[in-house]
Amino acid sequence: MESIRDLLELIPYTTALPVWVQAILPPAVSAVILFLFVAVLAMFAIWLERKVAAHMQDRLGPMYVGGWHGWAQSIADTIKLLLKEDIVPAAADKALFKAAPAIVFIPSFAAFVVLPFGISSIVADLNIGVLYLFAVASLTVVGILMAGWASNNKYSLFGGMRSAAQIVSYEIPAALSVMPVIIIVGSLSMQQIVRAQTGGIQNWFVFRNPFTFLAFFLYFICSLAEVNRTPFDIPEAESELVAGYHTEYSGMRFAFFFLAEYSNMFLVAGIATTLFLGGWSQVLPAQWVPKQLIPGPILFFLKALSLVFVQIWLRWTLPRLRVDQLMYLCWKVMLPLALVLVLGAGLLAVW
Amino acid sequence: MDTSLLSQIVFYFFAAVTLASAAVVVFSRSLIYSAFGLLFTFFGVAALYVFLGADFLAATQLVIYVGGILILLLFGVMLTHKLYDLNLKTETFQVAPSVLLMLAVFGVLVLAMMQTAWYNAGPRQPEPTTAAIGTLLMKDFILPFEVASVLLLIALIGAAMIVRRRAE
Repeated sequence: MESIRDLLELIPYTTALPVWVQAILPPAVSAVILFLFVAVLAMFAIWLERKVAAHMQDRLGPMYVGGWHGWAQSIADTIKLLLKEDIVPAAADKALFKAAPAIVFIPSFAAFVVLPFGISSIVADLNIGVLYLFAVASLTVVGILMAGWASNNKYSLFGGMRSAAQIVSYEIPAALSVMPVIIIVGSLSMQQIVRAQTGGIQNWFVFRNPFTFLAFFLYFICSLAEVNRTPFDIPEAESELVAGYHTEYSGMRFAFFFLAEYSNMFLVAGIATTLFLGGWSQVLPAQWVPKQLIPGPILFFLKALSLVFVQIWLRWTLPRLRVDQLMYLCWKVMLPLALVLVLGAGLLAVW
Repeated sequence: MDTSLLSQIVFYFFAAVTLASAAVVVFSRSLIYSAFGLLFTFFGVAALYVFLGADFLAATQLVIYVGGILILLLFGVMLTHKLYDLNLKTETFQVAPSVLLMLAVFGVLVLAMMQTAWYNAGPRQPEPTTAAIGTLLMKDFILPFEVASVLLLIALIGAAMIVRRRAE
């Protein structure tokens, strides 16, 4: 936000505006930029998902809209969704039904605030960055439950309940798997975590010690469950639940669920990049290349997008887990492993 | 208009959100609305913590109350379908004692409000509190901390035991 404040000062006459406008302007501009960014990113991710899925199944996927490999397909789909009639089922709880998409989307949007895209490209570097992410993520669950219940539909309710149970369960190993990194850094601030990893690939927390190495994979698996991606997509299991908690939604409200889902994918990839893959810091060791050649934000993107690609790749490779297998994996495998990692990292830090 | 006035407006906005949603929680006829109203109450209280410079407390408030307790409440309400169709009404009315009790509680609250020296943190960047809280918990208050954790563990084991016995 600091850099946006500096940019705004370059525009003439902004100092002549009333003080309260000057106070509101930088956050408002940051929010608008962030929203546009999230929207474009989600559209790109949807296109990427369709292309990767198609190629993995020996098809071509969208090819016509826009000319080159159907790059404008997502834009066309978005326009279609925005223009469609907004249907509210007669038996639905109107107020909650309308509020739910916003409550699902706002947290995933708010979480982007602490994502460090570059040295100065961060909206707000909070002291409690990582904790803030987990706090904000817990709001999403309420929105999903709200959507499931307000639709007044069995499938929606089941989808919402499954999703909430899954997210709440996997939040615990996810939070614990972040601990080894925080023990090393000694701070919850996202920028300080990245700064502790600068100087090349050997300083990244994935390769720091065996505990953080395992913690990265643990976090990645848990994050798949938290964003309801395969192999943990039982909340939306098409073969059983139609489409889960957003079965009854259409038009713009459906678009918001979709937007939240794909921005969440990038979000968890960005968090994994920040915590374990060095964020905006360079890949090559500082002994070989003393100065960072590629700009930080571009590096951050490449790292996060490659993780998004892995998420998509897994979706079209792995089958879906059963509910009991899902809970078994969380409570009997991931949780003990996460506790061992925290203990090990703690002992190593004291040593 | 200066920035302190702006922060006052924001403060009153969050205070209004907290109070209005708390009113929904109390007065709503349907339990599900009460449960969803709690979301905004917890959120508003977290925002008020931020105003006091307690950022760690604010985030923890959301993680524990929204991420844990509220979800459990919602599960409870949604899984017992008789609950959310229920029209809540008490059958016994005790007008005189309830009015008396209400006035007494109100008086105590007003008295407490008058006598408290209110602390105003003002609009500023919150200082990092996480490390200080951690040190305090692990050094000065290690015994209460451990006692609380053992208590929670007992509650966990107890809950698992009760469920297991029902299943047999």
